[in-house]
Amino acid sequence: MVDPRISVVNERLKNIENIVAVSSGKGGVGKSLVASTLALTLAKKGCKTGLFDLDFTSPSTHLILGVQEMQPKEEKGIIPPEVYGLKYMSIVYYSGNQVTPLRGADVSNALIELLAITRWEKLDFLVVDMPPGIGDATLDLLRLVKNVKFLVITTPSRLAFETVRKLVSLLRGLEIPIVGIVENMKMDDSKFIQTQVKNLGLPFLGEIPFDNKIEDAIGNVDKLLETVFAKKVESIAAKL
Amino acid sequence: MHEWALAEAVISAVSQIAEKEGIREVTEVKVKVGELQQVEIDILEYALSQLKTEKFEKTKFSIEKAEARLKCRVCGHEWVFNKEKLDEKTAEAIHFVPEIVHTYVHCPKCDSPDFEVLEGRGVWLESIKGVK
Repeated sequence: MVDPRISVVNERLKNIENIVAVSSGKGGVGKSLVASTLALTLAKKGCKTGLFDLDFTSPSTHLILGVQEMQPKEEKGIIPPEVYGLKYMSIVYYSGNQVTPLRGADVSNALIELLAITRWEKLDFLVVDMPPGIGDATLDLLRLVKNVKFLVITTPSRLAFETVRKLVSLLRGLEIPIVGIVENMKMDDSKFIQTQVKNLGLPFLGEIPFDNKIEDAIGNVDKLLETVFAKKVESIAAKL
Repeated sequence: MHEWALAEAVISAVSQIAEKEGIREVTEVKVKVGELQQVEIDILEYALSQLKTEKFEKTKFSIEKAEARLKCRVCGHEWVFNKEKLDEKTAEAIHFVPEIVHTYVHCPKCDSPDFEVLEGRGVWLESIKGVK
């Protein structure tokens, strides 16, 4: 018994110049907000950009973008709809706002299915919002997608950074490119994370201050792009 | 025509296997289609016929349906997936991503969404025959 879907995954992604997985060791560090804002910023700059939400059990990019009642077009597969200049793909097109409890094997299967049937057009960037940690989605992306690179998000927390250290160790062991590390939700002028990143020999792409206006901008892209958070993400996008 | 994408996957996977095994002419491909995904076999057959390359000129594609059997991880109850009990929108969502079944279907005995698909999920290659 052979699963035929795997053989077409890289064919489906072959017209994408850069696949950037926005990842972290822990949840709650702001991956989805960084991924969504990064994708919007790249699109605003004129890059053809896609956003793929791979957090199947807790997707949130659709809430950030304010996506409602949209369905992909079916044409020899599925074509991601355009949202604010992004080609946008998420499991919520099918699950709606209902709970989707999935075990590891189900996450793998859903991921392979979407990679095998989604027809991305020619893109400069595909930003992938990863679920937290080094579970099934991360391992499958590493197993199946040839040219993926990682952008790693941490907070100033030593706990968050310790999990990042493990993620970096995994990626390095597999010789997966790491674009750099971003420190999100910064509340003081500590250089702890920056020093740790330098000690790891990785690019420190910047720090994003804790922005208490960000919650008000969720679901409103124009407002989101006016935040301090978005301005910082813009400077990070310039380094990709 | 989501079946087209799956047919492409079948042709691509068989081509890769044939290449690896030194098969120059594929004579038979047996495909199993799980009922959970509700693939339209006619469309899949048509797509396969349109996507054939030289290697597949004499290939007989045999497509067989497999019942989707589900087993509850909490109470152990086993049952067969029945699309007739679902509305059109839900059935279509499961058609595109079969794992969405966990969103809409619960164990008929204990109501848990924690069940496994024992068999009959999607499209699988059962066997390939050919001339070396």
